[in-house]
Amino acid sequence: MNSAVVKLVIQVVLLSIFAMQARAELVIEITKGKQSAIPMAVVPFKWKGLKALPENVAQIVANDLGRSGYFNSLPKTEMLSLPNTEEEVFYRDWELLKQDYLVIGEIKEDRRDGYIINFKLIDVNTRTALMNQKLTGGASALRDIAHFMSDRIFAALTGLPGAFSTKLVYVTTNRERTKFNLSYADADGAREQNIFSSKQPIISPAWSSDGKKIAYASFENGRSEIFIQEIASGKREKIASFKGSNSAPAFSPDDKQMAMVLSRNGNPDVYVMDLASRQLNRITKHYGIDTEPQWMPDGQSLIFTSSRIGKPQIYEVSIADKKPKRITFEGDYNARARITPDGRKMVMVHRNNGRFHIATQNMKTGVLQILTSETELDESPSVAPNGSMVVYAASVGDRSILAAVSLDGEVKFRLPSKYGDVREPAWSPLLK
Amino acid sequence: MQKRALVKTLGLTLGAVLMTACASNSDVAEGDELKPLDAAQENAAEVETKGVEAQAVAGEQVDAAANEAQAALMDVSVFYFDFDNTTIKADSKNSLIAHSQYLAANSSARVVLEGHADERGTVEYNLALGERRALSVSRFLQANGAAASQIESVSFGEERPALMGHNDDSWSQNRRVEIKYQSR
Repeated sequence: MNSAVVKLVIQVVLLSIFAMQARAELVIEITKGKQSAIPMAVVPFKWKGLKALPENVAQIVANDLGRSGYFNSLPKTEMLSLPNTEEEVFYRDWELLKQDYLVIGEIKEDRRDGYIINFKLIDVNTRTALMNQKLTGGASALRDIAHFMSDRIFAALTGLPGAFSTKLVYVTTNRERTKFNLSYADADGAREQNIFSSKQPIISPAWSSDGKKIAYASFENGRSEIFIQEIASGKREKIASFKGSNSAPAFSPDDKQMAMVLSRNGNPDVYVMDLASRQLNRITKHYGIDTEPQWMPDGQSLIFTSSRIGKPQIYEVSIADKKPKRITFEGDYNARARITPDGRKMVMVHRNNGRFHIATQNMKTGVLQILTSETELDESPSVAPNGSMVVYAASVGDRSILAAVSLDGEVKFRLPSKYGDVREPAWSPLLK
Repeated sequence: MQKRALVKTLGLTLGAVLMTACASNSDVAEGDELKPLDAAQENAAEVETKGVEAQAVAGEQVDAAANEAQAALMDVSVFYFDFDNTTIKADSKNSLIAHSQYLAANSSARVVLEGHADERGTVEYNLALGERRALSVSRFLQANGAAASQIESVSFGEERPALMGHNDDSWSQNRRVEIKYQSR
């Protein structure tokens, strides 16, 4: 290959990277990394095809792992060599750069218009390959393959399932609040598409536990009503449109029931609807505000926000005995709690010195930790399905953006939108 | 004792008012008698008619004044609240009473109460807060004569701010209930 052709290929690659960035609505900015993050290098993969690859796979993997907070990805510009096979690895280079792990590989064109990726995960200290895998996928699936690869590497090194192949839904609006979109994107903000649009507000999107449906409250008929939308088909069904407000939907862990808030009796109370029969079971009965129900992982009880003592606090109530028990005691505003998948921590909006931030509370000890400080008016926390990060909406400058913070508060990144405001994120479960 | 004294005073005042009314009636009659006889009957009829008209006009003026006062009070259709609070403020009450009276007097009138919250705090809690604010206003209107069937409440939570700023000024304008007439 002469140098002119190489240059052209590089230009095409650069152009397609720029084109890709222009398409993406959300752009990730890492604002804080973990002190204890493991240093690792994802070396650009070998590619001999004539056409430029539509995605930079190694870069996607490096970004995924870096953003998880568990790893520090070495920038390509700091690499001393670019090996693609184990034989090409000169370990002194990586020891000098103090890297613990190395990912190398190559991409080949598949006969059936797809790609084959062979990659190895190498432990620099023991000089052994921990993982040697072959992944294949269709022409349009490179990005999916990259995230899948990140999941595998993350799981191998941390023992936790990776959440890089997951999705986010969130609401985007223009500044004038005259157009609302329910958007669907990769967990890194890429490949965004609108799955529902309205001139009226959309709030509280929530995933079904199987990851196939989204429930949300839409004001399209003048007040909030609950809809369920199938992601693949786009098919919508109105689930609750009782008198008053219908909102805060939450699928039960088995997807058979939905907790929701109805004000059909004048005051917002928590109900559980059996989705097959549409039968309602009233869970709370109080003149205060009861809202934001969320299922505990065992499906036997709910946590919810209540103003029954005058200020919002979190309560837990079992579906069987319906006797709410207060579980937050620090501060005068604790709301919108979400439980980590292992049920050990709760994430919520907490007001401290007049500022709204995201906090966690240990369910056993009750110890509260405030996770965010750089953003203002933090709300709508949603926990990643592997319990590593929380995505939330916040106010930065004059705009509403999405930001994420690790459960230990050590890693922070932002996903600012190029247009308008982004609100109400909901992180998907692990998708099969 | 004091009560009785008050009733007495009121009685006296009422008597005085009645006497004044009589006096003014006789004044008109006296004035008419001064007119030439040939025109007297016609004039008397006219005067009578005029008298009635004048009374009607006077009545209308009183009504108009009341209407104007009520209209001025009803011009206020947005009511503000404190943070995380659903209590109607004292300075909202006169206007809300005017709306209540209007609804009581016009049984076909219908209103929608739109409850709103500022952006601070969570989306769903604010939706509930907007709802409870609308409910506070609804109860107040009903306590002052409006019928439940005339009132519908809807909350938009923090989704429809009146002002887009992220400061106390905007927030205080956004914590509100708007009365919107569907029919008058």
